[in-house]
Amino acid sequence: MKIKAHRISKGRASGSALITTEPISFLGGINPETGVITEKGSTLEGKSVSGKILIFPGGIGSTVSSYVIYQLKKNNVAPAAMINIHTEPIVAVGAIISEIPLVDQPEKNPFEAIKNGEEIFVNADEGYIEKSEGSYQ
Amino acid sequence: MYLTMDEEKIYGGESGETLATCMEILVTLGEIYGADRLIPVRSVQVAGVSYRTIGDAGLKWIRDLKAETRVPAILNPAGMDLKDWKKMGINEDFAERQLEIIQAYERLGVRPECTCAPYHVCRVAGFRDHLAWSESSAVSFANSVIGARTNREGAPSALAAALIGKTPNYGLHLDENRIPTLTIKVDGKLEGSDFGAVGHIAGPLVKNETPIFEFEVKPTPIELKQLGAAMAATGSVALYHVKKLTPESGLYPEPVEAITIEWSEIKEVYDCRCEPDLIAIGCPHIGPEELSRLAELLKDKQVKKELWIFTSRRLAKQHKEEVNQITKSGAKIFCDTCMVVSPASERFRCMMVNSGKALNYVPKICGVQCTLGTTEECIQKAVGEKR
Repeated sequence: MKIKAHRISKGRASGSALITTEPISFLGGINPETGVITEKGSTLEGKSVSGKILIFPGGIGSTVSSYVIYQLKKNNVAPAAMINIHTEPIVAVGAIISEIPLVDQPEKNPFEAIKNGEEIFVNADEGYIEKSEGSYQ
Repeated sequence: MYLTMDEEKIYGGESGETLATCMEILVTLGEIYGADRLIPVRSVQVAGVSYRTIGDAGLKWIRDLKAETRVPAILNPAGMDLKDWKKMGINEDFAERQLEIIQAYERLGVRPECTCAPYHVCRVAGFRDHLAWSESSAVSFANSVIGARTNREGAPSALAAALIGKTPNYGLHLDENRIPTLTIKVDGKLEGSDFGAVGHIAGPLVKNETPIFEFEVKPTPIELKQLGAAMAATGSVALYHVKKLTPESGLYPEPVEAITIEWSEIKEVYDCRCEPDLIAIGCPHIGPEELSRLAELLKDKQVKKELWIFTSRRLAKQHKEEVNQITKSGAKIFCDTCMVVSPASERFRCMMVNSGKALNYVPKICGVQCTLGTTEECIQKAVGEKR
């Protein structure tokens, strides 16, 4: 199943889905050394974003968050790709400078169409998301 | 979004990885905000300078870039005076990292002048010029007082604009987003820091509107600087007009909606909240007139409390006589930084300021209580005179 989406930052990657319906503040919300989510009360607290397809509504917080995404990448603990409902400039710029594929505005609600842990392929270059073979139910 | 052939080539990587990334930043932001094309900018002011703000991650990104600025680009204040940091009580580790950040920017061709008031030091903005500036008070001054055009850029997008020489055409670059939509009438014969107090009140009232002010008096550019800085801090307002004064005030029809700020509300902003152990002036960085005024107020006096004054290094160099007169009183002049972005302020308990902007940020960013006074009251407090 292909879901069309809008390309923000180029590239393609696959990995297992890590989903939160809450906005993420990369500054203060994720440890840039380990990739572990530290946001108190988040449904993902204690989980690592490393190598995952991180699916969240959008980012919040200061412009420094762009640099935190870059630091995750340099420490090899960044998400493999990201999917947003609406990307705001901070996450957009963070993904671009870190070369992490990022799409937004998927034509189907990703919180319903995709489940935590499912294998997902993100093709930002061509603007779609796909569930990998074998993950169909 | 339309790109010229040259821009397409840069986007495609023909001019190297750094410029391709910069172009991608500009194009993506342009697409998010519905820009039709890129437009050339006259100058850039890059935020994201203080080590406290950008940390190791920011330093790493800047260091990894390989390109040269295409337009004049200067920096926002750093986390310390780049020369006199020891006198501020900054530790060696912080200083080392801070200097590395400055060097990394310099290597890209960004001038190592760190100021939130670039309009006091160089002519890099004129009426209708397109700019890519970052620091909120500078953005407000450029748009409102100079009549130049800039959005409030984030740190990487400003740097991208400096390296490409362009910015996406949206937001405040367009006439239609500069039209005043709310009149704010202000009561009273205001002067000096009163304008910062007005900005402090107006910020949250303005929301997404573009205000046009009606004052009983004619504010000076310095007073407008204080108004805009405070309003940008409490309400992220990047453009305002002042009736019969600012360059674009007569170009648009009058807004239908109007509100009034009363004199009594303005006085309340001064309600003393704490007894200061530090008096700090220079948010935003002071200009030549303010420097002369402070020199005059401090002539033949000795400060009994810490008095810190913040300005740009260039201005301090150009006005040695005033600087000497001020430092003779025991007051300290620091350059390249300010009380908000430097961790040096954190060891104090209560700071007295003459700035509506600092009044908002000092408690939030430095964790220090803050109280507002006029410039004269600040100096009286510092030299131990009764009000």
